[in-house]
Amino acid sequence: MDQQPPPFFKRGPAPVALLSFYVLLSMALLVVDARLQTLEVVRQALSMFTHPVQNLAHLPAQFLDNASSYFASAASLQSESAQLQRARLEQAATLQRSLHVEAENERLRKLLGVKERQQVSGQVAQILYSARDPYARRVIVDKGQQDRVIAGQPVIDDIGIVGQVTRVFPFVAEVTLITDKEQAVPVQVVRTGMRSVAFGLGNGELEMRFMPLNADIQNGDLLVTSGLDGIFPPGFPVAKVVHIESDTTYTFAQIRCAPVAAAEHFSEVIVLDPRPPVALPEELAEVVASKDSKASTRSARAKKKSPKKD
Amino acid sequence: MQTSYSSSRILLPVRPWFIGFSLLLALLLNFLPTSVWPGVPDWLALVIVFWSVREPRMVGMGLAFLLGLAMDVADASLLGQHALAYVLAAYGGSALSRRILWFPLGQQALQVFPLLLLAQLVPFAVWAVVGAELPGMGYFLGPFLATFLWPLLTLILLLPQHQPVDRDDNRPL
Repeated sequence: MDQQPPPFFKRGPAPVALLSFYVLLSMALLVVDARLQTLEVVRQALSMFTHPVQNLAHLPAQFLDNASSYFASAASLQSESAQLQRARLEQAATLQRSLHVEAENERLRKLLGVKERQQVSGQVAQILYSARDPYARRVIVDKGQQDRVIAGQPVIDDIGIVGQVTRVFPFVAEVTLITDKEQAVPVQVVRTGMRSVAFGLGNGELEMRFMPLNADIQNGDLLVTSGLDGIFPPGFPVAKVVHIESDTTYTFAQIRCAPVAAAEHFSEVIVLDPRPPVALPEELAEVVASKDSKASTRSARAKKKSPKKD
Repeated sequence: MQTSYSSSRILLPVRPWFIGFSLLLALLLNFLPTSVWPGVPDWLALVIVFWSVREPRMVGMGLAFLLGLAMDVADASLLGQHALAYVLAAYGGSALSRRILWFPLGQQALQVFPLLLLAQLVPFAVWAVVGAELPGMGYFLGPFLATFLWPLLTLILLLPQHQPVDRDDNRPL
């Protein structure tokens, strides 16, 4: 004998129960996303819904952009074309010489027995829009998994390093700019060859941290990638030093740099192919391999909880 | 045109597709590049609060959660921060809906303001916990503007329900 309430009293779980369920769920999502970064599949699935809407939302801005360029006068286009032609001719000589120099450099490096510099190649991508998060310096580009973009690829423009691919979606990819707070680029000062790491500040500038007060750095020094990280190819301009403060009350000098590339403007960029990992010398490779196997046996042992030590 | 319970006017039942359409439109407005300007209100939070006050049984926390996730993906922010904000706002809206609707529109707006502020504060708190830099005061201008927009929004979103049952071609509204 069951007494059931009439159906119009059935309103699902109590609101407070629902609220606590959803709050706990979103808290769990927050923690998992912040600490473990294992939700990329969820993100990619949801992006299949959000990206069409986002594209739609950016149509008006694109339309305005296109309209202004459409109405650019023929005269200004002609002068621009002439200017570009001149610039191309001027650069042709330099380019030919640089090809020659590169070939010569390669030959000399071979003679010296130094490993050849890796060639860099990539694909052109267009910046679609910047992420809406007011703190993040990230942009979305129109190349994704379809174009075999993977997370970690460096992104450059015609002047220097722009950033790094951090998330890949089916049709688009998210690029973290070098000015983002979470982004660091290993750099080298061109004038002195000193190596350091440039960290984004989040306000459009970069900072060189942990440089001693007496470090040989001047205003206007150009920083290029050092390539020691195995991700960014060496020799690409990153930033220029704009402000140095050597206050003796601090342990380190405070060095601020402005990015060279037009990282914060909408334009076209090149997503460089990932650098193949540099092979370790044989004796080092053996050491690493033995360490790996040791680590795995250790973890296996730790699981078994045996008190033995090696 | 009065729209509170004090009015003797009986509204037509809301059409579900119109709720979906207005939410989608709000999402689109949020995705516009203008949304990075200081003071632009969070349209989606506003519309979610509106429907959870008006129709608490149709727009609930589940829908708010899903829309929040969509915002998080579009924002490239931590998954769940907008979801949390919208769920809390939707809960507040549905819990207060019986009370809010008794008041005239201006006073309704005053009661909705804390909910909108809450929806704006949650991502702020998440960023503060994660350790990001905090934005300027322009970030908190959005809920104020949204509060002023509440009467206008009520007018627009209730328009389809104001149509008379027997249509008069001379007076469409």
